Amino acid sequence: MGSAGLFGSVLSRIRSPLLRYVVRRLAWSGLLIILVIFLTFLVFYQLPSADPAQLRAGRLATPELVAEIREKFGLDRPFYEQFWIYIRSVVTDFDLGYSYYKNLPVREEILSRLPASISVALGAFILWMAIALPVGILTALRPRSRSDRAVTGATLFFLSAPTYWLGLVMLFLFASDIGRFPLIGGAGTYVPLSVDPKAWFESLILPWIVLACGFAGLYARMIGENLRETMATDYVRTARAKGISERRVVIRHGLRAALSPIVTLAALDLGFLLGGTILVETVFNIPGVGRYAVDAIQNADLPAIQGTVLFGAIFIVLAILVADILYAVLDPRVRY
Amino acid sequence: MALLEVRDLRVSFATREGEVRAVNDVSLSLERGRTLGLVGESGSGKSVTSMTMLGLTRSPTTEIAGEVLLDGIDLLGLSDDELRSVRGRRIAMVFQDPLSSLHPMRRVGWQVSEAIRAHENVGKKAARARSVKLLRSVGIPSPETRIDAYPHELSGGMRQRVMIAMALALGPELLIADEPTSALDVTVQAQILELLARLQEERGMALILVSHDLGVIAEQTDEVAVMYAGRIVEHGPGETIIGSPMHPYTLGLLNSIPHVDGPRTERLMPIPGSPPSAANLPPGCAFHPRCAFARLSCEGEVPSLQSVESGHRIACPVVAQDPSLVSASSP
Repeated sequence: MGSAGLFGSVLSRIRSPLLRYVVRRLAWSGLLIILVIFLTFLVFYQLPSADPAQLRAGRLATPELVAEIREKFGLDRPFYEQFWIYIRSVVTDFDLGYSYYKNLPVREEILSRLPASISVALGAFILWMAIALPVGILTALRPRSRSDRAVTGATLFFLSAPTYWLGLVMLFLFASDIGRFPLIGGAGTYVPLSVDPKAWFESLILPWIVLACGFAGLYARMIGENLRETMATDYVRTARAKGISERRVVIRHGLRAALSPIVTLAALDLGFLLGGTILVETVFNIPGVGRYAVDAIQNADLPAIQGTVLFGAIFIVLAILVADILYAVLDPRVRY
Repeated sequence: MALLEVRDLRVSFATREGEVRAVNDVSLSLERGRTLGLVGESGSGKSVTSMTMLGLTRSPTTEIAGEVLLDGIDLLGLSDDELRSVRGRRIAMVFQDPLSSLHPMRRVGWQVSEAIRAHENVGKKAARARSVKLLRSVGIPSPETRIDAYPHELSGGMRQRVMIAMALALGPELLIADEPTSALDVTVQAQILELLARLQEERGMALILVSHDLGVIAEQTDEVAVMYAGRIVEHGPGETIIGSPMHPYTLGLLNSIPHVDGPRTERLMPIPGSPPSAANLPPGCAFHPRCAFARLSCEGEVPSLQSVESGHRIACPVVAQDPSLVSASSP
């Protein structure tokens, strides 16, 4: 109760209601992440899928070695003590432990793969928004037209097409090594941006397209539907009655209202993807966090699995936070 | 020449249920500085009539015929761009629900300034200063701070004042107020009507007051047109329509209003039945299924307006022939 009271008194000193809202949400986000750490810990250490000490000891382990490891890492101690050790090192040093498989620190392993995952997610995000915005606006202004129907059909197709299948089709068609129409680099050609920007860009074109396709259709539909709704509202009628240009009516009145829920949704989706895109990274053999997670699962590398889950969770929690704040900023009617 | 002259206006919408004829052969005229009341139940076509004057009903599924002459220029024949220069500048409009009619995510000052800057090449600061003046002129207290409020932060009456300020921004010659008080509290209704009357007198503009409420109309109109099922059924000076209506529908409307100051002995007489759907109008006079004086002949032809006395016209040949029919049941 003491800490809650302290937090409350800190909160009450903040003047701006928006800032107070942000601080309060940040505190909740911290709590949420600790909960996620607890759950992953519970799942991987306490459910007897494998003995951590055995895994850590490797293939040619003697019983003495296993026992030594058990003691050294505190694996013989009660659950709550183990959890305390783990969470203390996570919180104070952001220490996620050592990978069993490679015997490397998980934190560094993930951080070194993060740029690749961010490249994939951010590029796909920009691409799908660049497609969805104009297409959505077009379909909203011309309902039931041919373009409207084409978008609906394409959305259905790309949403139904599994990412890995779409990825393989793309590789089969366009990859420079195995493609029928070899145009651009396919799987395994990823180069970091800092090394060679041109090669980086070319290697990511196909993954971006594959990842963006489904989202672009979905977002075009959502933007179109939202805009169609707002264009039928009374305040858009008022805007027209003022005698401003139709272009201004659409952009400054219609889109302003239609896009605010989309922006928050986009923040969530982007946050989700930033934590690693397992399928796309696997199909295109991109050394990102998603790929690392797949390897970790295949090798039963518990600290690595925990680390990737925690990273994903942090991105999602942050995305929710950003989405909530954006929503409050974009819509003055939202009370916080 | 009259400021506004509407001739044989027809508006119909193509819907899935078929063609909906919302407005049929409506003709009106309005002199500068005068007030016209447009009365009718919801669905009678009064809002569609007024919105069509501004081209707000234009769409690929709407068919509009007839003429709407503003100073002799047919607005229906103008292109969208030409019509835009009339909207807000020469004809302005105030709508029913100010909360839904103001953009929820824009400050009211922004919305008023936009109306100014839509037609005049003025800077942001100048437009803002003019907006403050406008807000003050419609009776908004401390407009310097209210100008930065969002619509949801104002009361209903204040919001409608903002709408009125916005409509008056460019000094229009004609103001169309479509049910301007229907969404407001009774006490606020009177204030808004007074404000409209004062502004009209100050600025000498013509006013079309659209309402389902005869009390609102009786208050301050020179002329009244009563609409039923997309047609004008009675038209005449305000005091005549309220004092001695002739069309059975107008009569029914007046008899269904409770009088606060009158004797309590009379019972209210609601009009039996309900208004017809515009997609499926009864043949002949659209009111005949609900009319106490209906004859067989009423199912035949659609009655046109005919003069019963100078300046007073009704679309009811039965009553026009025998005015004594209605004198007995006059309110």
